[in-house]
Amino acid sequence: MILVQSVSKYFGYFPALRDITFGLDLGRFLTIFGPNGAGKTTLLKIIASLSKPTSGSVRIDGYDCHTQSQQIRGRLGYISHQSLLYPQLTARENLTFFGRLYDLRPLEARVQAALSGVGLQDWADQPIRTFSHGMKQRLTIARALLPEPSVLVLDEPFTGLDSYASEILRRLLHSLKNERRVLLMTTHHLGEGLDLADRVMILHRGQIRLEEEAYSYSREEFGRLYAELVSETR
Amino acid sequence: MRLLRQAGWIVWKDLLTEYRGKEAFLSTVFFAFLVLIIFNFAFSPGSESTPEVAPGILWVAFTFSGVLSLNRSFLMEKETATLEALLLSPLPRGTLYLGKMAANLLFLLLVEALILPMFAVFFNYNLLPFSATLALVVLLADVGFVAVGTLFAAMAASLKTREILLPILLFPIVVPVLISAVKATGALLERLEFGELIPWLKILAAFDLVFVWVSYWVFEYVVEES
Repeated sequence: MILVQSVSKYFGYFPALRDITFGLDLGRFLTIFGPNGAGKTTLLKIIASLSKPTSGSVRIDGYDCHTQSQQIRGRLGYISHQSLLYPQLTARENLTFFGRLYDLRPLEARVQAALSGVGLQDWADQPIRTFSHGMKQRLTIARALLPEPSVLVLDEPFTGLDSYASEILRRLLHSLKNERRVLLMTTHHLGEGLDLADRVMILHRGQIRLEEEAYSYSREEFGRLYAELVSETR
Repeated sequence: MRLLRQAGWIVWKDLLTEYRGKEAFLSTVFFAFLVLIIFNFAFSPGSESTPEVAPGILWVAFTFSGVLSLNRSFLMEKETATLEALLLSPLPRGTLYLGKMAANLLFLLLVEALILPMFAVFFNYNLLPFSATLALVVLLADVGFVAVGTLFAAMAASLKTREILLPILLFPIVVPVLISAVKATGALLERLEFGELIPWLKILAAFDLVFVWVSYWVFEYVVEES
C-alpha cells in the first residue's frame, strides 16, 4: 500500500505541492486529475522516488521512498507518455536489458510472456524505432510490468495515442485492476480516468481539491465539479 | 559479482546502441582526423618543432574527441527519458556509473585505436617498437579522463549549455592527466628510457584511483533530482 503524508515540494519559492496526504490500499486504482501545472507529475515522481519532497514522506509497503529507495524500486512500475525505451534495440532486447537490471529469473520466459501480454510477440525482434506510438506504449507497459510490481504509476499514459491504441491500453488497465496492485494514474481525459478508477482526486495549484470514491459521480457530474473546482481559484 | 555483471549489461547496451546508430563513432573519428590534418599542415612532419609539438597534437585529438563522445553518453538517455528508467530500476547508482564509465572508456579506446595509425602516418612516426608502453599510457590517461568526464557529462546532460559546460568543467580537473599523458608520450616518441616515464605513470595511476573512487560515490548525488 501507499501512504503519502504531508508532502510538500518547492521549486525555489514556488510551491508545486502543498501538504498532500492520502493513502491507497492494495487492489485500488486512483486517478489524479488536474490542469497543467497542478503538480500531478511532480507528485508521481516523488512517489516513484525520482524526486525528493521538500517536506513530508511517502511510504510504499512500509518502506520510505527516499531513505529506503533501493527496496522500493523493485516494487514499482512507472509508465509515462514517453516510452523510456531504447529506440535502437528490439522489443525483446529492451525487455531483456531491463530484466537483467532487475535480476529477473527465468528471464527469457518472462520476457516472452510480457511481450505476449501486450500483443507484441510478432514484433519482438523489430527495433522499436520502427514501432508506432501505440506499440511503443504497449511495450512500455510490458517493461513496467516485467518485474511484477505491486505499485504501478501511470503519468498521462493516453497522451498521443490514437483511438485504437487507447482502447488497447484501456483494456490492459482494466485487466490490471483485477490483479492485486496499487494503480495511480494522472490524465486529462475525465471520462476515461473516472471509468477506470476506484477513487478520484482533483489536484489544483499543488493542493488536493477533492478526493472521493469514483462511484459517487456520473461523468457529467464529475465534469461539472472538475470545471468548478479548477476555475474557482484561477 | 552481481554488481559487475549489471555494470556489464550497461556496457553491452551502450555499445550495442552505438553500433546500431554509429553516429557518435563516425563523427568522433572524423573530428579527430580533421584535427590531425589541420596540425599536419601547420607543422610539417620533418620540421624541427615536430618532436616537441607532436605529443600535444595527439592528445588534443584524443581529448576533444573524448569530450564529443562524453557529451553524447547521457544526452541519448535524457532524450529518450531512459535515464529515468535506469534510475527507477534497483540498480545501485554506483553500478550505473561504473557501467557508463566502462562503456565510455571502451568507446574512446576504439576511437583512439583508429587515430593512432593516422597520427603515425601524418607525423611520420613508427609507433610499433613502443606500442605496448604507449597503450599503457593511453589506458591510464583515458581511465582518469573518462572517470571525471562521465561524472560531469551526467551533471551537464540536463542543461541547455551542456556542450560548452562539459569542457569548461572537465579540462581544469583533468590538467594533471593531460600534462602527464603528453610528457609520457613525448618521452616515448623521443625513445627515452622507461625509467623517465615512471613518474608520469605514477601520477596517472594515482589520479585514476582517486577519481574513480570519488566519482563512484558522488554519482548518486549528481543523478538524483533534489
